Amino acid sequence: MENSANQKDESHPLLLVLFWAYVLIPLGWGVFQTFKKALALFQ
Amino acid sequence: MSGFFSKERITASNGYNRWLIPPAALAVHLCIGQAYAFSVFNEPMTRILGIKESVPDDWKLTTLGWIYSLAIVFLGLSAAFGGKWLEKVGPRRTMFTAACCFGGGFILSAIGIQTHQIWLLYLGYGVLGGCGLGLGYVSPVSTLIKWFPDRRGMATGMAIMGFGGGAMIGAPLGVTLMKYFQTDTSVGVAETFVVMGTVYFISMVIGSLAIRIPAPDWKPAGWTPPAESRKMVTKRHVHIDQALKTPQFYLLWLILCLNVTAGIGILGQASVMIQEMFKGGISPEAAAGFVGLLSLFNMGGRFVWSSASDYLGRQNTYFVFFALGTFLYSMLPTFSGEGNIVLFICAAAVILSMYGGGFATIPAYLADIFGTKFVGGIHGRLLTAWATAGVLGPVLVNYIREYQITHGVAKADAYTTTLYIMAGLLTVGFVCNLLMKEVHERHYMKHDEVDDPLQG
Repeated sequence: MENSANQKDESHPLLLVLFWAYVLIPLGWGVFQTFKKALALFQ
Repeated sequence: MSGFFSKERITASNGYNRWLIPPAALAVHLCIGQAYAFSVFNEPMTRILGIKESVPDDWKLTTLGWIYSLAIVFLGLSAAFGGKWLEKVGPRRTMFTAACCFGGGFILSAIGIQTHQIWLLYLGYGVLGGCGLGLGYVSPVSTLIKWFPDRRGMATGMAIMGFGGGAMIGAPLGVTLMKYFQTDTSVGVAETFVVMGTVYFISMVIGSLAIRIPAPDWKPAGWTPPAESRKMVTKRHVHIDQALKTPQFYLLWLILCLNVTAGIGILGQASVMIQEMFKGGISPEAAAGFVGLLSLFNMGGRFVWSSASDYLGRQNTYFVFFALGTFLYSMLPTFSGEGNIVLFICAAAVILSMYGGGFATIPAYLADIFGTKFVGGIHGRLLTAWATAGVLGPVLVNYIREYQITHGVAKADAYTTTLYIMAGLLTVGFVCNLLMKEVHERHYMKHDEVDDPLQG
């Protein structure tokens, strides 16, 4: 395995924030929609 | 092109932040989790020709039911057979293939709806999409375990939580898109499939581009492997084919199968069950809310329980699942008999959290027992237990319920026997977990085999 073949990886903190936001925003939306539905149980 | 997908190309350089790997895995699992929400398309697909209401030439629900069943069967088959290939080619190629299969399955199904040919939906979402599900499910698991040797449970829990969360995105997204595309001449399903197939393909490709594997000698900063082996956590490796020759594989297969069977027993019938057990006390809207609440606990349990297993130990975590699950299942008829809705809901929610937890903790359990080298492939083969439980759970609940009702048992009491049987299944699971021991010496790979690239 040659290290020279590796891609240059730059773990910039902004990249980390953006990538997590990319998955957590839709997940948060889905959880919120389900939570709204679940509220009917307590009404 | 093969270089772009090769393991060498995606081996991370020094300083790569391992916290970029979980979102890459989530980008795939949040997409394929849509499978749990496929039922939102069933009713509209019975009106493809009639639009407002079904006409005789429209597809029946029984015909459409095969799409999901095929997808689950091919999920199990592709995970079982694709696991070894995954270990050989690495996660990027596998994730990209999964993206092509899952996204392509949606597009082919859209053509099937447009031309009203059901076999295209069977082939599209069922076969092709099912392969995408299986390959996508197993592809990031071993990579995450290698990046998080100090937190195996938490790492796999994050990805597998995404599968539970995917349904929460897929269901409202599908409904919203169908409403948007609905016209006087279309129910909007084909257009929705095209949009969802494209979005899911792009998201999964982003995940495949972001995935990296750690260098062979990489370790997390500040972490040193424990000097002495912990009980039931091996530092060595068992080959994927050899794993099938160990009793531990079959015990873990049973552990997963029994835990999932018990969970599906509630999840699949939750809405009807709560309405019939609390006759007049729960409206259909509240029952739908109950299903939503169970989904939230199913998803949350995947992360919480698998993370807790890093501290409790894998075997102890499953002891909790089986012991607490047996107790709670046994108590559900009592709570129902007393009319105690609050305790009934709480017990069901904890049961569902352990159902999700069982899915999420099993890859780390496998890594502890068989080592990390082939854990992705072994996990793929173990997922046949899921496909089996997917058939066993609903059949058990439905058959016993029907049998009791035809023999004069009141609907409210018809679930009692089923719930006690589920408790019994969990007791069997407890015994299987009790029988788990470390793998026999002869099954481990020798040092030169581990280093041989042809081996993996």
